[in-house]
This record gives sequence, C-alpha cells and structure tokens, in this order.
Amino acid sequence: MVRVDGNGKTNSLIQVRGLDKTYRRGGEEIQVLQRLNLDVDKGDFVAFMGPSGSGKTTLLNLLGGLDVPTHGSITVAGDEITHMSANKLTQWRARHVGFIFQMYNLIPVLTAFQNVELPLLLTKLSKSDRRKHVETALNVVGLDERMHHYPRQLSGGQEQRVAIARAIVADPTFLLCDEPTGDLDRKSADDIMNLIIRLVREYGKTVLMVTHDPVVAKLADLELHLEKGLLVEGSQIRQSALAGGVA
Amino acid sequence: MKFRGLIFANIFRKKVRLILTVGSFAVALFLFAFLAVVKGAFGRGADIAGADRLVIINRISIIQPLPISYQEKILRIPGVNALTHNNWFGGVYQDEKNFFPQFAIDIENQRKVLPELRVPDDQWNNFIKDRTGAIAGAKTAQRFGWKIGDRIPIKNSLFGAGNNWEFTLDGIYHSDRVGGDESQFWFQWEFFKERMPDSLKGNVGWYVLKLDNPDDAPRVAKTIDDMFANSPFETKTETESAFAAGWVKQFGNIEFLILAIGAVVFFTLLLVTGNTMAISVRERVGELATLKAIGYSDRTILFFVLAESLTISLVGGLIGLGLAALAVPVLGAALNGLLPTLILSPAILSVGLGTALLVGVISGLLPGIGAMRMRVVNALRRV
Repeated sequence: MVRVDGNGKTNSLIQVRGLDKTYRRGGEEIQVLQRLNLDVDKGDFVAFMGPSGSGKTTLLNLLGGLDVPTHGSITVAGDEITHMSANKLTQWRARHVGFIFQMYNLIPVLTAFQNVELPLLLTKLSKSDRRKHVETALNVVGLDERMHHYPRQLSGGQEQRVAIARAIVADPTFLLCDEPTGDLDRKSADDIMNLIIRLVREYGKTVLMVTHDPVVAKLADLELHLEKGLLVEGSQIRQSALAGGVA
Repeated sequence: MKFRGLIFANIFRKKVRLILTVGSFAVALFLFAFLAVVKGAFGRGADIAGADRLVIINRISIIQPLPISYQEKILRIPGVNALTHNNWFGGVYQDEKNFFPQFAIDIENQRKVLPELRVPDDQWNNFIKDRTGAIAGAKTAQRFGWKIGDRIPIKNSLFGAGNNWEFTLDGIYHSDRVGGDESQFWFQWEFFKERMPDSLKGNVGWYVLKLDNPDDAPRVAKTIDDMFANSPFETKTETESAFAAGWVKQFGNIEFLILAIGAVVFFTLLLVTGNTMAISVRERVGELATLKAIGYSDRTILFFVLAESLTISLVGGLIGLGLAALAVPVLGAALNGLLPTLILSPAILSVGLGTALLVGVISGLLPGIGAMRMRVVNALRRV
C-alpha cells in the first residue's frame, strides 16, 4: 500500500524518508522537494501529478538513482541508494530500474530487437538467452512481428512499446515512467496505458509514473500530487478543493 | 564482442561523414608513407654506407678532379687497407630520360673496397679481360632488359672522342645489403683514360678507401687532408656515411621538409577527426544519456567513443598505407632511377599505423571523456 506520511511498513519495496532536494540557480536556492516521505509496495501503480516545475521529474530521477538528494534516504528492496558511489548506482540501475521516457529515447540506428537487447548486453546472458528474453519482451508489448524494424519505421505508439519492452526485458524491480503518453495521440496513449496496466496486473510490476494527464493518472492505483515540495494524495486534494482551500 | 553491433551501427550512422573522415585519414597516411619513402630513399646512402670506408674528394667540389698520383701516397698511410678510384661519366642510354649513374672504375681495387656489390667471378674475369666491357647493377639491367653479351651504346657530351661510347655487358652485380644501390653502370678506368681529354689526363674523380679498423677513420681522414693541404688539389675526406648525408643535403633539408609536412598533416588530421568525433558525440548526447540511465557505466561509454574513433582511424590508415604500397612501385618506375630504390618498409608501415591509432585515441579521448562526465539528468532534458 502506498503511503506518504512516513509511517509505512519497514519492508516496503520503496521507502523514501525526509527527502530534500535543493538546486542552486544564479546564487538563489530553490527547494524542490521538502522532507518528502513515500512508501510503495511491490505491485503498486502510482501516478505523480503536479504543475510544471513542481519537482515530479526530479523525484523520478532521485527514485531512479539518476540524481542524488540534498538530504534524506531512498531504500529500494533493502538497498539504500542515496549513499552509493556513482559506479554502484549505475550497476544498481541496470539491475533494478526500467526507464520509460516521454520521447521513447530509442537508438535510431538500432532495430527494435537491438534496442530491447541493450540492457541485456550488460548481463552475462548468452546470445541465445538474450534472444529469448528480447523475443518474450517484444511479444508482451505485441511487437514481435516488427523486431527488425528501425524506430523510424515505427509509429510513435509502437516506438513507446519498444521502449517498454526495453524497460522490462531485464525484469527490473520497478518501472519509472516519465510522461509515457505525453507525445502520443489519445488512441496510442490508451494502448500504452493498457499495456502498463497489464504489466501491473498480470506481471506484478511496480510502476511509478509522472504525468500531466488527469485521464492517465486516474488509471493508476493512487494519484499523488506534488505541492510545494510535498506529496499529497489525490483524494485529499479533491477534498481540499471542495472545501475551497487547496494548498 | 557483444557491443560490436552498437559500435558499428554508430560508425555507419552518417555514411557521407564516415567516408569523408576515413578518406581524410587515408589521404594523410598515404602522404605520410609517401614522404617517408622518399626521405628513406634520400637517406639510404647514409644508412647503408660502410662504417669502414672513407670518401676523398677535391676540397672545392666533387666535380673537381684529384691526381692519380695521390693513390700511392694514401696507401702508405697506416690503417688504410685498400683504395679505389671512380670517375663520374654522365652519359645517356638512347634517350635523355634514361638516366642512371655510370662510373669509370679501378678494376684492381673495386671489389676490395666495395665487397658488398657482388659480381660472379666468371663475369668479373670476362669484364677485366674486355677493355670495353661493363658491369651493370641488377636494377638497371632489369629496367632496360639487358642480357650479358648485349652491346650498350652510351652517348656522352662531357668527354671527348666523339659522342658515342659502346660497351659490352659482361656482368651484373647485386648488392648484399637491403636497399643497396643496384642502379650503377661500371666500366674500366683504363678504357676511359684512353679517350678522356688531355686536360683531364692523370686525374680521377674521387677516391674511396677501406680501413683496417673503423675507429681509425678520424685519424686517417685528418692525415690525408693534412697531407694535401696547400696543394693545388686539396682534399676533403669524410666517412662514406657523412659523404652520403652531405650529398642529400645538396637537395635541401629533406628531413626537415618531410617532418614539417608530416607534422602539419598530423595536426590537420587530429583537428578533422577530433571535430568529427566531437560532433558525433554532441549530436547523440541524449542517446548516450539513455545508455547511462539504463546502466551503462562511464567507462563503457568512453570505450564506445574510443572504439568508433579507433576503427575509423584504423580503416583510414590501412587504406592510405595500402594505396601507398600500390603507388610506390609506380613512382619508382616513373622516376627512372633518379632516386635510389623506393622502399615502403615495415618500419614505415608500423609508424604510419601507429600514428593513425594515436590520432584515433587522441581525437576520441576528449569527446569520450566529455560523454563520460556528462550528467544524465541534464543530458536527458536535451532529448
């Protein structure tokens, strides 16, 4: 169960405690996240919403080990990542995190198969085992027929599916999605969201997603809003709004 | 190597740019090899010169003669093992373009002083019995298709007795030393003497002497020059290697010229490749950041960039050196013996390839380190 009050179970899959992130820009200090707490269990699907500049992507980067907090701790599956060296963090990301980006971030000179294979090149799997994993991942996203196509030969929705296959192929601990439907039309966005929901429901994946789109956010188990550097549950926001005083 | 597909896919990403970069490498390495071959040809005389030989020329210039009477005086100097003399002939075979060096030689001593230029005994014996006989270097004989017994007319306007001299080819010499000069044409000084103008009689062109011990070279050289100091024919004696090096210097400072051109080529190449690699890395910052995000280490990213630049430099270098290997024999033939044998040696190929790889490493290193240090979060924002 997802909690933002810092009173979650000690064995939560992802445990964030007292997370601060401050940027210094032109001599001015900007505090993006303040004493943020979060607990996420295995199989949870959480959507982060908030206005531009509220710190959604910053939070995602911190959870994915791409950035380091100013204060606080992040523990994933028992590993505290906030004090890991850059090298250890890189290895940790390879093992535990599947990234899905808004702009798909595929390598244009590689085929769908080769793009999906990229995370597996860092493992000790044999070529034939890699092939099996890639084919399975592409089958899950419904693109096994197009594995030899280059990104330019695919539609936006198909490219994002390839990116999802790349994110799940090494069976990471959790998936981080940064506006996964932000560059897609409604139909493609629905397809992608159905796929992500399938990954959660059928395959038990844990998904943390940043989105601007309320329709997409509603598909998650829980909507969390970033307000003034803190996480607030979507239902509380709605209640506050009804009471006429959103923070 | 499991990253091969990724590396090659990136190399072939912009084909026109790849062709131009590889082409610039190929042209530069071709030029480098070519210049090194020419430099080697100019310097080869000095490189293969006998350490135990001295060359004695007229102090004013090699074209001024020395008296034949010096022979006996020089032979009396302790440490002198053998002495021979040569005259430059400067003739032409059939056509002006058929240049090759011809010398009137001292048949008694030539083989004692220059033993590495080997003539089979039977051919040499025929030669010394034949007043108008000649010995040709293997390269010159091959160049004109000469066989033993052929009559060889040489036109000469320097020395009297009409323009036409005719020789019988009695033998062919080969050099024992790699890159040794096999382009000379020898005939008997006695025959030359009979037909030379009166003003030149009693003179030879220069002397070459063989020492008992190379360590005696400075002492013997000084003794000879002191002996003929203040005479009408003062001498300048130096080791064969110094003589050959001095000969090359007449053409200008070839070594400096070649080094200067080589350095310019090297740095131009470095700039071209460095710029290409920098552009190549800059335009896929987002892709490299994605790789880092999904778990590729900084070192692996550096390895990718270096592997690309090294592959480009290696392929370009091999093409350039391959073209040079094809072109050098063609140039050698076109020069008609104006230079000694042109050799694209393994040393030149190794240095060329080493240079190509060095440029590859240096040009890949800077953008590679930049990619390595790039912050993923910042780079992903640029996608």
